[in-house]
Amino acid sequence: MKFIDEFRDGGLASGLAAAIRLAAKRTRDYHFMEFCGGHTHAIARYGVSDLLPPNVRMIHGPGCPVCVLPVGRIDMAIRLVREAGVTLCSYGDPLRVPASGGLSLLKAKAGLGRNGGVRGDIRMIYSSADALRLAQREPERQVVFFAIGFETTTPPTAVVIKQAQALGLKNFSVLCCHVLTPSAIASILESPAVRQWGSVPLDGFIGPAHVSTIIGSRPYEFFAEEYRKPVVIAGFEPLDVMQAILMLITQVNDGRAVVENEFARAVTREGNRKAQQLVAEVFELRRSFAWRGLGELPYSALRIRGCFADFDAERRFAVDYQAVADHPACECGAVLRGVKRPQDCRIFGSACTPENPVGSCMVSSEGACAAHYSFGRFGEVAVAK
Amino acid sequence: MCLALPCRIVELLPGEQARIEMAGVGKEVSLALVDDVAVGDYVLVHVGYALTRLDPEEAEKTLALFAELGEVALLETDAGCA
Amino acid sequence: MSAQRKGYVRPLDLRHGRVDMTHGSGGRAMAQLIDELFASRLGNNYLGQGNDAAVLPMPPGRLVMSTDAHVVSPLFFPGGDIGCLSVHGTINDVAVMGATPLYLAAGFILEEGFPLGDLARLVDSMAHAASAAEVPLVTGDTKVVQQGKGDGVYITTTGVGVVAEGADWSGNRARPGDRIIVSGGIGEHGMAIMAQRESIGFAANIVSDSAALHRLIAAMRASGAEIHALRDPTRGGVATTLNEIARQSGVGMMLQESALPIQPAVAAACEFLGLDPLYVANEGKLLAIVAPADAERLLVAMRAHPLGRHAAIVGSVHEDARHFVQMTTTLGGRRIVDWLTGDQLPRIC
Repeated sequence: MKFIDEFRDGGLASGLAAAIRLAAKRTRDYHFMEFCGGHTHAIARYGVSDLLPPNVRMIHGPGCPVCVLPVGRIDMAIRLVREAGVTLCSYGDPLRVPASGGLSLLKAKAGLGRNGGVRGDIRMIYSSADALRLAQREPERQVVFFAIGFETTTPPTAVVIKQAQALGLKNFSVLCCHVLTPSAIASILESPAVRQWGSVPLDGFIGPAHVSTIIGSRPYEFFAEEYRKPVVIAGFEPLDVMQAILMLITQVNDGRAVVENEFARAVTREGNRKAQQLVAEVFELRRSFAWRGLGELPYSALRIRGCFADFDAERRFAVDYQAVADHPACECGAVLRGVKRPQDCRIFGSACTPENPVGSCMVSSEGACAAHYSFGRFGEVAVAK
Repeated sequence: MCLALPCRIVELLPGEQARIEMAGVGKEVSLALVDDVAVGDYVLVHVGYALTRLDPEEAEKTLALFAELGEVALLETDAGCA
Repeated sequence: MSAQRKGYVRPLDLRHGRVDMTHGSGGRAMAQLIDELFASRLGNNYLGQGNDAAVLPMPPGRLVMSTDAHVVSPLFFPGGDIGCLSVHGTINDVAVMGATPLYLAAGFILEEGFPLGDLARLVDSMAHAASAAEVPLVTGDTKVVQQGKGDGVYITTTGVGVVAEGADWSGNRARPGDRIIVSGGIGEHGMAIMAQRESIGFAANIVSDSAALHRLIAAMRASGAEIHALRDPTRGGVATTLNEIARQSGVGMMLQESALPIQPAVAAACEFLGLDPLYVANEGKLLAIVAPADAERLLVAMRAHPLGRHAAIVGSVHEDARHFVQMTTTLGGRRIVDWLTGDQLPRIC
């Protein structure tokens, strides 16, 4: 697989591991947060931590849109299906996220048809285009597209909303739960709650790969300047991650805090202007939005503009957002901010497992807790020969 | 966080679509988010949409950099151990 | 009594006909279905006798029996269908115990409205698979359920075989030091099915690996290698089967990612969907746990057989009180290959 296999080469990995070992000063620790769930997944899946010296530690950030999707939003989606009888089209990721009342989208699907007269449905799709096609093919079916994701996934939603308008579709709408990356980064670096846990011992960030192809490297410059933390945008392959770690160590050693782009083959400073314009045309900022584990964050999420109100499921159907409190023993807030590790949480691995996730970090395979549980928890066990 | 794959464009189709290929797997994707892509280009594909063109020269440079940094470091490490 | 012409029975309409409730009622329609569609195709003496059971000779040795329900959808896919899949699957379950498969039984649950033409295709496929494997289908049953209460057709198959005294392959016999061998490329069946699912829609030349493995297994036994455990990794993939064996045997395992055989198209399809090939279903592969001294010998024997051409040693067994299956990645790091959590769903993240 071109542009993939070369960036997973074990030989090059040894070389970069040696470079990292040489660059990391033995006299200090380095804590870097990889913001993106995809990076968390790559690190865990390839065992990148094994190739790092012990004084370089990766902290897993909140960049998994499924992990930060509040329970209340999934409850909304389930209510739409059960009460308004819509056909909800969703990507695979949120289908198993636990919602209120012991339900998930998958469990709600299993219970449909025993619901009296209302016949809703839940379908897994791979692309927003699939949801639009379904609505086109079956005009008598009320289709709602469950739109989750960061800035990478937002432009595909904008495209189908515009297409739906051009087609004059009467049976298609979107439940918009798109969230914004810079807001999440800001919340990690600055929030009243941080005082509760102490200031975050972060020396730098690995910036998201594919979000950055859309928004460019420019938005991160604010963080580098304002908070004096280096940011290196990295591709998703393990060699990209290792190179980014090396670049971060070098910046820290030199006392620099700028934005660097390791993913130059796909990311530019300006990003994808065409996609940005499409998004700006269809969406506007919400004043505030609840993030699971992080609380209410200002200007952190999008909603559909008034001129496309016909395609906004929240306006078309009478369904409100109702906040649901996190489990009291859940430490996701601290884990998402990098202040605690998964294994520091009381219920990690016992009450909270991938099979029965209590908090957001365990919900998707990219959440810090899920990744550690699935790939890394052997670390505490010595292997006898 | 977002699963996106480098795919080669094998055919441009009407309606801002294209047929792409990756290691023997073919798919139809939307080009609504990109401009000026041609057959033979590589694009990053996410949920059925091309997000951006991949720059093969930059890719080569990045790989070459990995190799160079690695060689230097390994030499230095060996020298240190010698 | 007036002279009557010998009864004319209108043959089944395979082009336009569909299963209806009379086909399950026990009356003439059902008898005709069984005769024309099943018995004539599966043709063997036992079925020809027309009894509800087959009387079979008792071979020397120990009896091995296995049963399976098949609910795969779509019913027809590249490389096979639910018919041959069910025949292969049960033959394999018997054969991995070290037994020679002898006879099969099949039960069909047909949904009202299922096209007879498709049913005929499936039965033909089963007949072909059974005769190629030389394991006859000697008894069967059919039921019909109302439209909406089935998925076209469900098939249950039961197989019996015989195993000599002393050949004890069992999931609890893996020992530290043993080598782990896989018989060929992983993830082919699961991805062939995925590629058919409408909402995923990619064209890939991935073909299900559904196959009867009893002859490959016979060749492995004949090699004289000290095999401790043998299993075919079906649902849940190689990862699930290895975790099962690790737990049964009370050991840990270490795999080498770079040694895993996988077709490029399967790897690419997995990348597209964010799936891990270690958890994707196989239907014509074997995992063998073998004593270290005999690993090479077994590998040679497997590679000499068409179904084992791409066999490879992919890891080894070691002591581990936690029974973890681990893997050294292509990068040189380490990760757990854990039990599957729920169903693997395609992801966007």
